[in-house]
Amino acid sequence: MNDLLTRRQLVTGMGIVGLGLLAGCDGSTTALNFKYGKDLSNKIMGRTFKLTDTQGEVKTLSSYRGLMPMVFFGFTQCPSVCPTALARAAQIKKIMGEDGKTLQVIFITVDPERDTPQILDAYVKQFDPSFVALRGTLEQTQHVAKEFGVFYEKEPIGDTYTLSHTATSFVFDSRGNLRLGLSPSLSAKQCAQDLLTVMEVC
Amino acid sequence: MNTLFSAAVPRFALRRVLTAALLASISLSAMAQTKVENAWVRTTVPGQPSSGAFMRITADVDSKLLSVASPVAKDVQVHEMSMNNDVMRMGRVDSVPLPGGKAVSLDPDGYHVMLMGLVGQIKEGDQVPLTLTIENDQGVRETVQVSAPARSMTDSMDMSHDHGDSH
Repeated sequence: MNDLLTRRQLVTGMGIVGLGLLAGCDGSTTALNFKYGKDLSNKIMGRTFKLTDTQGEVKTLSSYRGLMPMVFFGFTQCPSVCPTALARAAQIKKIMGEDGKTLQVIFITVDPERDTPQILDAYVKQFDPSFVALRGTLEQTQHVAKEFGVFYEKEPIGDTYTLSHTATSFVFDSRGNLRLGLSPSLSAKQCAQDLLTVMEVC
Repeated sequence: MNTLFSAAVPRFALRRVLTAALLASISLSAMAQTKVENAWVRTTVPGQPSSGAFMRITADVDSKLLSVASPVAKDVQVHEMSMNNDVMRMGRVDSVPLPGGKAVSLDPDGYHVMLMGLVGQIKEGDQVPLTLTIENDQGVRETVQVSAPARSMTDSMDMSHDHGDSH
């Protein structure tokens, strides 16, 4: 009797663990406990974007299935937060070692008028050759920003402009569920810890 | 002005006159009172029309940075970046306050110099000449010449964490 009960308990326990794993992976929205970043598991954001990479290929979120996409919005003429975030992303990849290979950094330009595919490609690759940049028309850019809840705005300066924009890095799990928002104030180490939490789920 | 000079201490007055004379001449560097350290410029990729310059400035008396000029860019402006709720805001400022004796960082996290309309690519190891115009609280202007080395993106990240000063 006692043996049976134990076994039953064990089976039940395994079932729960299994369910938990499934819940994490099948697109349902189990909240995750991040140490530093913001849990975005309950947000339905950034699922339908369709942009062009620097080789002219159309990319959607599912193009990165199996990887852990980390999306950052910016522009190449950004002097501060963009290069800092991309340099941090390169550092995160290094800190994560083997696990870092699944991290796919995606830079989406909010300045498609000035960021040509050539400039974008050279720009992101100098941080890490695995980084990709995506670009859309003005309309597509507006759409993708809206989809991510990203704010961006031109700031006129003389006869040209700079841009203000949201500087959060958005992380999806390998099944394409949005999971984590990383603030620009976090260190590479802190980000890496939270990214490992995402990887544990899926 | 003269009434001020006539008061009591002639040596002081003389110095004032000398200062004025120096001011009138072009060689202002002789009286440079502002220290500029760790200046660097971010490298660019081909076709990238702008870059940023960063440094640490210490003025010995309350002053402000009025402008920066450089032959590598058609337009040079001082911008301020601010972060609010993870939204990065960028805007031009008229001047940067330089409190006397206090090191002020022009770094990617705050004030910085924007080099806009670059005349060419900035490559690693390039020396970028910068001319800073600084005005002290007496209204006296000085120019400081700086030669800022160009550093790559990843390098510059390490740098910004190296100089453990006021963030």
